[in-house]
Amino acid sequence: MRDYLGALLTMKILVAVKRVVDYNVKVRVKSDHSNVDIANVKMSMNPFDEIAVEEAVRLKEKGIAEDITVVSIGPAKCQETLRTALALGADQAIHVETDANLEPLAVAKCLKALVEREQVQLVILGKQAIDGDNNQTGQMLAALLDWPQATFASAVECQADKVAVTREIDGGLETLSLTLPAVITTDLRLNEPRYASLPNIMKAKKKPLNTIPVTELNIDVSPRLTTVKVEAPAERDAGIKLESVEQLVEKLKVEGLI
Amino acid sequence: MEDFLLLDNQLADDEIILRDNLRRWVDAEVIPKMPNAFEQAIFPKEFIQQTADLGLLGMTLPQQYGGSEASYITYGLACQELERGDSGLRSFVSVQSSLCMYPIFRYGSEQQKQRFLKKMAQAKLIGCFGLTEPDAGSDPASMKTTAKKVAGGWLLNGTKMWITNAPIADLAIVWAKTSEGIRGFIVETEFKGFSCNEISHKLSLRASATGELVLQDVFVPDENYLPGSDRGLGAPLSCLNQARYGIAWGAIGAAMACYEKAVEYSLERKQFDKPIASFQLIQKDLAEMLTEIVKAQCFNLQLGKLKQENKASAVMVSMAKMNACREALNIARQARNILGANGISLEYHIIRHMNNLETVFTYEGTDNVHHLIVGRHITGISAFE
Ligand SMILES: Cc1cc2nc3c(=O)[nH]c(=O)nc-3n(C[C@H](O)[C@H](O)[C@H](O)COP(=O)(O)OP(=O)(O)OC[C@H]3O[C@@H](n4cnc5c(N)ncnc54)[C@H](O)[C@@H]3O)c2cc1C
Repeated sequence: MRDYLGALLTMKILVAVKRVVDYNVKVRVKSDHSNVDIANVKMSMNPFDEIAVEEAVRLKEKGIAEDITVVSIGPAKCQETLRTALALGADQAIHVETDANLEPLAVAKCLKALVEREQVQLVILGKQAIDGDNNQTGQMLAALLDWPQATFASAVECQADKVAVTREIDGGLETLSLTLPAVITTDLRLNEPRYASLPNIMKAKKKPLNTIPVTELNIDVSPRLTTVKVEAPAERDAGIKLESVEQLVEKLKVEGLI
Repeated sequence: MEDFLLLDNQLADDEIILRDNLRRWVDAEVIPKMPNAFEQAIFPKEFIQQTADLGLLGMTLPQQYGGSEASYITYGLACQELERGDSGLRSFVSVQSSLCMYPIFRYGSEQQKQRFLKKMAQAKLIGCFGLTEPDAGSDPASMKTTAKKVAGGWLLNGTKMWITNAPIADLAIVWAKTSEGIRGFIVETEFKGFSCNEISHKLSLRASATGELVLQDVFVPDENYLPGSDRGLGAPLSCLNQARYGIAWGAIGAAMACYEKAVEYSLERKQFDKPIASFQLIQKDLAEMLTEIVKAQCFNLQLGKLKQENKASAVMVSMAKMNACREALNIARQARNILGANGISLEYHIIRHMNNLETVFTYEGTDNVHHLIVGRHITGISAFE
């Protein structure tokens, strides 16, 4: 990125990554209905966050970004997720350690504190985490920072201090132009994340990873919501095929639906 | 699949990262191609560069020779994930790494290491390993291939049979009898008098190229003689020991693929108005399959640790290979049965693993031979020498 005088700017990117239940796992609801049971379940990086890391690494490879910091907020095991991001090409990692399950607002507040501390110009996040499906953190972070936001990105193009973001919306594509600094959240089709090679995995072992306790950020991370009950989705019966519209109308009448 | 015994707790972060990455690669890039590759009997060529780019070729070797100084557990996990895809893919990596790069690293001169290893790690040169002959399988000491000393080099004559990667190889590590015993040679496939015939009509390891090497007065210059290989059969057996360790992990990878499919299928398939998974006989099969997988994984993990500390003996590796291959084959057969007719369709992958495992059970020391090695350890009496 260059400023109007043509001097090289050094864009720093922050990417937030969450450790979630692996997308292949079929979770079971705990018998007391308090939550799903994730004890000893396979965990991995939220797929949308993998896409966020990949996009940041591509911006770095194009010479647009200079430095990528990845951050994860959660228990000690998040360090494995951070090492994965380092193996994919991030430069350093920050682990904000907490055993509490933070809600999107608390995560956004933590990220805001880190954005200010690390002096970043671009934050890339997944549009949502596949565990909570909240789809809120990026938007809340942009609001707290008072930065422009582009959610559900399917293409990102950086030019000088502007970034053009294409989004898939109902009925077509929309392209937004944002002035940096900005917040972007990724959608599935933005890119195809690479596979970490073994040499890069070995190199990642030596990249800096700093752990700070969440308390160091002086943020109230206490939950605002109470989970009342968690239930498995009701089992749906298989559908039936009908021959004609008449049959359909008849069937709907019989079922008392019309 | 489920980490039933929480064995992941014993793995380092980088070991888990490598395994999970490879799992993603195998799921996306390997498995979808395998039914066709197996049916057409082709080894997908793109796997060659891709495995090199992933850093899988010669991964335990020092960096100066193109390796990553990976732990033996990392190597084992890689074999497991690759064979979850296909035994042929794992065989390609095993042969290149353990049977070709390893002997050059261990028995080669510095000049040979410089000349070959980095290029082999980058897949610019592909190797194969020629020990077995038409008349010498379990008893390699009876080999007929000879190497005669001549001015400036050696003259090799003989035939090697059932050689993995031979049709795609740039070089062959050939074991031959000299007047002083069995020695190793780096035979470049361009050398005059060297030829390779592809072996077809296989019904196992179809997605792996296998060939016969024919050596007719092949002149091998002194610089291609492996100077450290002057301990007779010990040298090729040490290579096999490396590869067998990977096979012990790999076979369980194939078993995991079969087990996972069987669980998924039995929960979905309904007969007598119930998922077949609700029948006791099916549950017994699944319970046995998981138990054997977990037992073998424990064995592999401990063996990997010992190997890292240089404390793993050849008989330990024999037991691991023997057990893993037998159990994997049993699991594949049980899974095949659970899928009924679909079990024989390439679309469900199990029959492919099952057929592949017939080879894995036999190569690198047959099941019988490993029993005899363990038996010799127990009794102090060799039943085969
Ligand atoms: C697909 C494939 C790929 C291969 N790739 C390679 C390769 O890359 N390089 C290479 O060098 N070789 C390779 N092999 C060869 C493999 O290692 C041999 O097939 C194996 O060592 C067995 O030898 P054999 O086939 O001659 O069987 P034999 O040795 O003839 O054995 C036949 C049967 O007799 C049994 N038997 C033999 N001796 C005894 C005994 N003393 N007591 C009890 N039972 C005994 C065996 O267990 C077996 O059941 C490959 C084989 C296959 C199928």
